[in-house]
Formats: sequence, structure tokens, C-alpha cells
Amino acid sequence: MLQLSIRRLAQAIPTLWIIATLTFILMQLTPGGPFDQEKPVTPEIKKLIEAHYGMDKPIHEQYIQFIVKRLQGDFGPSYKYAGWDVDEIIAQAFPVSLELGLYALIIAILIGVPLGILSALFHKKPMEIVFMSLALIGICLPAFVLGPLLLLVFSTELGWFNPFGWNSFSDRILPAFTLGLFYASFIARLTRSGTLDVLKHPYIQTARAKGLSKIRILFVHTLRSALSPVVSYLGPAVAGMISGSFVVETLFFIPGLGSFFVNSAFNRDDTMVMGTVLFYAALIILFNLIVDLIQIWMNPKLNRD
Amino acid sequence: MINSKKEKLELSKRAGSVPTNLWQTLCKSNNARIGFTLFLTLSALCFIGPFFIPHSYETTQLSIGASAPSVVHLFGTDVLGRDLLIRTLVGGQISIFVGFLATAVALIIGTTYGMIAGYVGKKTDALMMRFVDTLYALPFTIMVILLTVLFGRSLVLIFLAIGAVEWLTLARIVRGETRNIKTQAFVQAAQLNGLPHHQIITKHILRNLISPVIVFATLTIPSVILLESVISFLGLGVQAPLASWGSLINEGAQKFDVYPWLLIFPSIFFSLTILSLNFIGDAFRDAFDPVL
Repeated sequence: MLQLSIRRLAQAIPTLWIIATLTFILMQLTPGGPFDQEKPVTPEIKKLIEAHYGMDKPIHEQYIQFIVKRLQGDFGPSYKYAGWDVDEIIAQAFPVSLELGLYALIIAILIGVPLGILSALFHKKPMEIVFMSLALIGICLPAFVLGPLLLLVFSTELGWFNPFGWNSFSDRILPAFTLGLFYASFIARLTRSGTLDVLKHPYIQTARAKGLSKIRILFVHTLRSALSPVVSYLGPAVAGMISGSFVVETLFFIPGLGSFFVNSAFNRDDTMVMGTVLFYAALIILFNLIVDLIQIWMNPKLNRD
Repeated sequence: MINSKKEKLELSKRAGSVPTNLWQTLCKSNNARIGFTLFLTLSALCFIGPFFIPHSYETTQLSIGASAPSVVHLFGTDVLGRDLLIRTLVGGQISIFVGFLATAVALIIGTTYGMIAGYVGKKTDALMMRFVDTLYALPFTIMVILLTVLFGRSLVLIFLAIGAVEWLTLARIVRGETRNIKTQAFVQAAQLNGLPHHQIITKHILRNLISPVIVFATLTIPSVILLESVISFLGLGVQAPLASWGSLINEGAQKFDVYPWLLIFPSIFFSLTILSLNFIGDAFRDAFDPVL
């Protein structure tokens, strides 16, 4: 396990280096710069600004400086939020996204896994259709459709929740639900097929023949291996929830990293955009590693490969 | 000698080509029937419907503003007085169009890339797949947003950008399949007979890749439509006066408390399309049953 972690972390270094280089190249290729505004500044001032950010040096020097700074964990200053460094903004906004993602994950698992198990237990009975249709709803109602609809019903009509903000616990419920439901339906489908697969195995028949209760068979013998595909889906799901939360964050006006990212995309805040991309990439690599470790813990056989 | 139909089917499955009874399987499946009926109806509405509607998607009527659904405007009008029905249908054209075109881009890049990696093998393969792994670490949606930000906002760019991020999975699948096919006797026979590489690739390998590629395509179209809608929803996609479902839902989401119909009608069309495409994708996957 330790060996795997070290190897994967070592693999992450060239990956992140390539991504950093790609973002650098993209930044250079971009037509126009962050300082080309509607009100153009005089060439002298523009020169001064560019000198301040080190944009006047030859390109290879800029590249070396860019990489060295990222290695030191310095993402450079934000072009639009004057006086702020990109890492400061990330440090402030990311915990909000993380919290939202965590709640969404809990909701996705709490809805998805039971729904999947139920539809597997009722396989080929009318009830299965009911459970699977519930799971389908999540797939065809992505966040940007579900969010406004939930707001319309629970905030405007019923007045149960605030339409936006991030202050009390009740402010967390609608955004987390909006973000989590899409993943819940995927988890439900994976749980269902995983459970159906396992229930076919002879050892389950043996357990049944021994007269074990259905509940014991389900919780002790089935779920451990049935949930394995769900666990491997959690890596991309968590990464997607945390990085894909910008729709939800813009909808509910939540000051998370996602809404900062979208705003910087609009404002041409290049350093901020690039910094966020690098940060997200590192995060995804980390989550995939964690998920692999959990899978090995659940199924030690995998460790041999 | 191949005698029975069953053996033929087994063989074709092993080589990854189209099963002989594909259409029978598809026609029997309820998922396929529901999916195709729903999707064809919706596409017909979007592509033929506008000819029968006496409004234009871009003519504004500021005097009426946002009006609730009525006999003249079945779906009501938006804030600028534009007919929502025709905007929903024209928006649907764009969403569906982008969905298919971006998938085509992904298919072309992914198949070519995966086939070369799998066929050439060795160090080239390792290097090429390492590159795919690297791109995998990038968040997809964020990459597309990045590309649209950097290179301006246009329809062509959107499907190029989406296609450019969606090909990765296919490249992996195709590479694996190509490696399998390459070890089979008929490819080795062709190589021994001195058939040039490009002909082996087009004649023998490409043909046997059809099944995983089709399944991938049917499963990718809905996710591409979804991605385009997210981008348009954020205001980075299709520019006014044109609309796609994403941008219409965005307009609706801003005014949903006052003009709920602006949100509800585009959402219904969008959700039903995604639903039908998912049904079709599932049906194809069941019919081909490749190892995906």
C-alpha cells in the first residue's frame, strides 16, 4: 500500500508538470491579455504593468520562473483582485466548496445506495421500475435544471429556505441536494448492478441454504463486494462534485472556488484561472489515489496486481 | 468452418464486430423503443416544427414583454417579447446539433489515436497513453471553459472544445480493442501476406472496432448535450440572439419567481431529450454487450 502511494505520487509529478506547461502555453497563445480593457491604458503604463508582472522578459525565462514559482506553491498574484495572491483566494474559497461537496457526497450515498439495493432486491418485480425511475430522475435533471426548480418550489412557493447565501445550516440543504442528486442516480445504478452480480454467486446460495437471514446475507455477505464499483466511482464523483460545483455556486450565490473560477474566466484573470486548473488537477490525482487505497483495503486481492 | 448461427454470433462478438441479430435485439428491447420514439418525436419537433410557427426566434416585441402562455404564444414570451416556443425549438436544434457534432469530433480523434497507439504498441503506445492519463487528470468541464475563455465564444469552438475533451475514454477503449484484434489470426495472416499497415488498419481493424465505437457514441451524445448546456448556462456558450437549451434555462433561472414558464418549458424539453438518449444508450449497450 505504501509502495503504491509512493509510486502514484511520483507519477503525479510529471503529470502536474505537463499540465503546468500546457496552461503556460495556453496562456501565451491567448489573443489579448488581461490588461486590454475597454478603456485602454497608455503604452507606457501598460509597459510598467507588464514589467511588474515579469511579462517583458524573454519567453524561456518567463517559463522557468513560472515553473519555479509553482514548485514553491506560489500561484502568483491575481490580475483582477488587486493585492490578492491566487493561493490566498484558493485558501479562502476552497473550504466552502469542500464543505458543499462533502454534504453533496453524503446525500448522494444516502440516496443512491439504498435505492440501488432496493431495486436489486425487487428485481423483476413491479417495485423495481418505481425505484429505477426515481434513479433516472436524477440523471435527466442536472444541477442547472434541478436547482432553479427546487428554488421555485421550496423557496419561492413554500418559503422554507433562503434563496441564496451561505450562513446557516439550512442554507446548505438545497445546494447540497442539487449537487448530490445527479451522483445519487449514478450510484444507485452502480449499486443495483453490483448487488445483482453478487447475488448470483454460489456463496450467497450457500448462505441462504444455511438459513441465514436475508438481512445478514445482504449486509455481511453481499454489500462488501457489491459496493466495489461504487467506491471506484467515488473518485471521479468527488472530484466532479468539488470542481463541478460552479453551477450550483453561481445559482445559490455561494462564495466557493467554483464561482471564483467562473468569474475569473469572465474577467480574463489568467493567473487565477490557471492556478485553479492546476489546483483542481492536483486534487483529482489525490482523490483517485485515496479511492484506490480504499479499494485495496476492501479487497486485498487487488494489491497483488 | 462456421456452421450454426450461434457460433457466428460468438465469433463476431469475440472480434468486437456488429452482432448479426443487432436490430432484432434492439427492436425487442423496450428501452430502445421508448428511447427512439421519444427522441425522434423531439427532434422532429425541433427541426420541422419551426416551419409551422408564425414567429421568429429573434424578433423582439418589447411592448408585450414577458407574457404567460396564451393561444398566440403557446409557451409564452420571454422578457424581450420573443416567442418561447420557437426559441425552445431552435435552441433544441443547436443543442442536438452540438451533441452530434462534438461526439463526431470525439469519435474521430479518439478512434485514430487509440488505433495508432494500440497498433504500433511498445514505446509509442506507452508514451501516447501516458499523455491520455495526463489529460485525464484535468477536470473536463473546466478544460472546456478554459478553452472557450481563451479562444473566444463561438459555436464551432464549443463543439471542438467538447470533442477535444471527450475523446480520452474512447482512445482507451479503442486502444485495448485494437491490441486484442491485432493478436488474432486474420490480422497476422494479412501481415504475413504483406498487406501495408494502413490497409490492415482500415480493412481489418477499423471494421471490427465498430461495436465499441457505436456504444460509446450513444452514451456520449447525452453527456455532450449536458456539457454544452452547462457552458451555455454559465453564459460562456451560444451567444444571443441564438439560444440553446442551456442558455434558455439560464434566462429562466434568473426570473423563475416571476415568469416560471421561462424555466419550465425549456427544462421539460431538455430533460426528455436526455432521458430518451439515455434509454437509447442503455439499449445499445445491452444489444452489443461489449466489455466496456
